[in-house]
Amino acid sequence: MNVSNLVIADNVTCGYHHNQQILKDVSFKVKEGEFLGIIGPNGSGKSTLLRAASGCLKPAFGSVLYKGSNLYDIPHHQIAKDFAFVAQDTVFSFSFTAWEVVLMGRIPYLARMQQETSRDFQIARESMQLTDTLQFLNRQVNELSAGERQMTIIAKALAQDPKVLFLDEPTSHLDIGHQVQILNLLNELNRKKNITVIIVLHDLNLASEFCNRVLLVDNGYIFKAGSPEEVLTYQNIEEVYKTLVWVNKNPISGHPHILLINKRN
Amino acid sequence: MDWKKSINAFIMNRKITVILIFLLFLAIVLIAISLGPVKLSLRELFFGQYSNILRLRITRVILGLVAGAGLAVAGVIFQGILRNPLAEPYVLGVSSGAGLGAALALFFNLSMELLPLTAFLGAVLTMFIVYNLAKLNGKVSTQGLILSGVIVGAVFASLLLFFVSISTNEAMHGITWWLLGSLQVFDIKLLIAVSIMILTGICIAIYFARDLNAISLGEEEALHLGINVDAVKKILFIIASLISGSIVCVCGIIGFVGLIIPHAVRLICGSDHRLVLPVSAISGGAFLILADTISRTLMPPVEVPIGVITAFIGGTVFIFLLRKKQKAPF
Repeated sequence: MNVSNLVIADNVTCGYHHNQQILKDVSFKVKEGEFLGIIGPNGSGKSTLLRAASGCLKPAFGSVLYKGSNLYDIPHHQIAKDFAFVAQDTVFSFSFTAWEVVLMGRIPYLARMQQETSRDFQIARESMQLTDTLQFLNRQVNELSAGERQMTIIAKALAQDPKVLFLDEPTSHLDIGHQVQILNLLNELNRKKNITVIIVLHDLNLASEFCNRVLLVDNGYIFKAGSPEEVLTYQNIEEVYKTLVWVNKNPISGHPHILLINKRN
Repeated sequence: MDWKKSINAFIMNRKITVILIFLLFLAIVLIAISLGPVKLSLRELFFGQYSNILRLRITRVILGLVAGAGLAVAGVIFQGILRNPLAEPYVLGVSSGAGLGAALALFFNLSMELLPLTAFLGAVLTMFIVYNLAKLNGKVSTQGLILSGVIVGAVFASLLLFFVSISTNEAMHGITWWLLGSLQVFDIKLLIAVSIMILTGICIAIYFARDLNAISLGEEEALHLGINVDAVKKILFIIASLISGSIVCVCGIIGFVGLIIPHAVRLICGSDHRLVLPVSAISGGAFLILADTISRTLMPPVEVPIGVITAFIGGTVFIFLLRKKQKAPF
């Protein structure tokens, strides 16, 4: 078994009802330290793929391996020490403070009834520093702006001290300032702390700029996998999204840059 | 900014609040014991020959504490696992089930001692039906639980009315009074049994407090924090239902405590369930003891139904708290 393959999905078929499978026989491998983007149209199965790979949606057929052992055989609290998940938007039914939310990231490391130690406080503080959220640690999370709230959720995920960070369209409600801030942060974590990032993105240009490798998902299958240059071609995009685009090169980074076309022209 | 100072000030603030609430609770207990339809000084009560009255008042205070604590904790649990701030101990139909059980005992002329037992069986049966109706593909969803709870509750409530209306039995009319709720203690053994059950339930709930924190962020969030969501939800659901069911058996249906107290506590001390659960238990107890004292002393010898008092005070205090905070309550 090659250890550098951290997560392996092997012929995974899964969905939310027995008779309706969303992912169909999908296989892929994620190497340690990779920054993997998952892209595809609405309803193609991107989020389902992320759920299956992160351990919260058990495949009906096939298996997901983490470090060589079946992900769904590992106890929950053990996985939570290695995997953290950031959803598109977290709805808070109750008024927790930002600090309380970030500290919840330490739950996997604490026994029941055990108080947080100073080390837990230290890690929570560092995560808040990294995400620039320390300034509102005593504010209620549901009073924060969408961007500040998402940064708090990312801080909570970092407090889990994860090896793999899963993100499901974390920037889709945010302005470009926050989008770039979050992706730059992920990039930094990926390079400096060697955290493997698996991220579902809607914005093809963000995926092109930040990911080492992208999976283009269409209709429950992986349509194409490879570097942004290989995947983000106008032919692939037209076939999957049924939309005409113009693919250019970002003059600064050299990555593919996708331009939309108004029908009038 | 010195983050440690900020956190410590925050924690200190909450500690002081908790101590104040506890002192308030002790004061209410003392007031409740010293007040009653028979006017006695504390001296006469404790050292005179009124030990009967003293015992009577103390048992009422104990029942008030246990029932109030239980209702508040059950409310916190249901609000947490259903992630619905409007949930309360009776939202899943447990009260209608218990009421139906009690009505059946009266309908078939069973002895009065059996009434709490049939009421409890009614509550447990309801819980079982609601849980299994909500189960789909082996998963119990939050919406499923609320829907099946409301529906089963409505069906049982109509059956209860049906038995009351066709019964010619005089005792059957007593059910209305029982449904209004009262802290009168008829059977000291029953009080002890219920107290043990509720206190155990509260302790188990506190044991799962951190899991409840995670679950109130969302079930998938909790799963990613390593919580065995399905198992925890099931345990907490059973505990909260047993607590509410056993309270209905001894003191009927007392509304509002389980809804208002958790909210008030969250407004005052935040949402961390490790704090919310014990503080709600004490506050719920204090609140119910206070309501009972008022119901006994407002116009003696008539006892005003305690539900009237809980709704009236609870509603007013809650609106005051909400206005004062002027923030989104949930």
